[in-house]
Amino acid sequence: MSLTDLTITQAHQGLIKREFSALELCKTYLDKIKKRDREIFAFLTVNEDLALAQAKKIDDFILAGKEIPTLAGIPCAIKDNILVENIRCTAASKILENYVAPYDATVIKKLKNQGVVILGKTNLDEFAMGSSTENSAFFPTKNPLDLKRVPGGSSGGSAAAVAANECLYALGSDTGGSIRQPASFCGVVGLKPTYGAVSRYGLIAFASSLDQIGPITKNVEDAKIVFEAITGKDEMDSTSVDLRFKIKDFKIQDLRIGVPKEYFVKGIDPEVEKLIKKAIKKYEEMGAKIEEVSLPHTEYALPAYYIINPSEASANLARYDGIKYGYSVKKARDLMEVYLKSKEEGFGDEVRRRIMLGTYALSAGYYEAYYLRAQKVRTLVKNDFEKVFKKVDALITPVSPFLPFKIGERIEDPLSMYLVDVYTVSINLVGLPALSIPCGRVGKLPVGLQIIGRPFEENKILEIGKIFEKA
Amino acid sequence: MISKHEVKHIAKLARLGLSEKEIEKMRRELSKILDYIEKLKEVDISRIEPTSHSILVENIMRSDTAKEEKIETRRKIIEKFPEEKEGYLKVKSIFS
Repeated sequence: MSLTDLTITQAHQGLIKREFSALELCKTYLDKIKKRDREIFAFLTVNEDLALAQAKKIDDFILAGKEIPTLAGIPCAIKDNILVENIRCTAASKILENYVAPYDATVIKKLKNQGVVILGKTNLDEFAMGSSTENSAFFPTKNPLDLKRVPGGSSGGSAAAVAANECLYALGSDTGGSIRQPASFCGVVGLKPTYGAVSRYGLIAFASSLDQIGPITKNVEDAKIVFEAITGKDEMDSTSVDLRFKIKDFKIQDLRIGVPKEYFVKGIDPEVEKLIKKAIKKYEEMGAKIEEVSLPHTEYALPAYYIINPSEASANLARYDGIKYGYSVKKARDLMEVYLKSKEEGFGDEVRRRIMLGTYALSAGYYEAYYLRAQKVRTLVKNDFEKVFKKVDALITPVSPFLPFKIGERIEDPLSMYLVDVYTVSINLVGLPALSIPCGRVGKLPVGLQIIGRPFEENKILEIGKIFEKA
Repeated sequence: MISKHEVKHIAKLARLGLSEKEIEKMRRELSKILDYIEKLKEVDISRIEPTSHSILVENIMRSDTAKEEKIETRRKIIEKFPEEKEGYLKVKSIFS
């Protein structure tokens, strides 16, 4: 077995048994990136020196006979909207092209405490706005399973890097599906934690009531390892909380799984539907109780999301004004022109669209008709989930109604790109945890199964995922 | 359909420079998205409270004291100022 095929647990075993060194492991991955990323374009920045230095330190530990944490010496990739001290962090935007992070995000601090090896920063849709990674200001990332197709987005670089074995795991962020959908499109595992389970400090803010950082990995066990390393209350993020839920004596025979009928309506690719139904059948055969449930406000979640998300985004992105950091236009007559020109030249099309949409929805005369209305619909979507979670332990749905689409297929029509998120945005509006796992392929294209849990029941959905993986 | 005048007004509120060509493109794209969002009007929202956060968020109080930051971090932040004078951020004049 090659070093680039390992899972986290296997690599950890290899390190402590001294079958290979952390330096060897790191060099193998850097080499793989050099060869393979020429056609995948998953990485925006590769930091060889830092990665090698981090690996060397772990080898010293091992040689000294010290015990090492599971993630020590394990090479990973980080989405380029998460700050790593002294490494460039662009959010795939021209406006931050030369921005070097002055401090570590909390998740990075936690990983560094474990002895992480960071290979580099991965591509995304600019400021995480998009579902295909085509909105990157630098270049689109390709799907490793079919180079003509998108890897999904916005964490497309992270998912592609894991799928192409260019790293052992990656971090992504999920605001409306940005971890789950690329994981699904690339045939890997992605976990969007409960809102508040992971600190957002040092994550470049997009839509603050929806954003969460989470792992993208090769299997469910690895997702659990990384999630446990990054979760927890952080004084720098007042919405973060400590996990309360522990799972005991998990038996599939006790499990009640809900299948929301609104997720299997017109618009879903029949091939995708077939594989999801097959997976549900498998759970039933293994002893789980399957129940059809209803989330009646499903069709309103997406339009509500596309008001709430741009509204929060337009407020968050007001900080890129050309006066504090980031791109600043050189020739300007006055302060107003600095604002106007820096944003005009620094932001790409989708970012401008969301700023405009959000500003419109929040502006005088429209606030009640759009923003307030969307927040009320959000309450109804939340009530739907609360009601079904009284009857079932978890929900199973598709991650995306479509197979990975071709590069260029949707980018010209913003609304058709928004529709890609139809099965994932509700989960962010309600703040629930959700796991995306591969459940089969149509030709060479993977299909992802979404397992949605109650707030803070990550452990349960991870167990449910593992059962499918082993079956 | 959103008007050209409205697009200009919103861009000004957002401090976002737009070219003439882009104003027309933006008008078409925003109109299409807003038409889709009209769907929300089908929902009866009378007597429904708005949700701003999915989890219960409460105000968290702490004493109003400054936390010491590493001098190194301070230096790195100042280095990022597009224009700087004696450790302060310098901006262009408000009136030209």
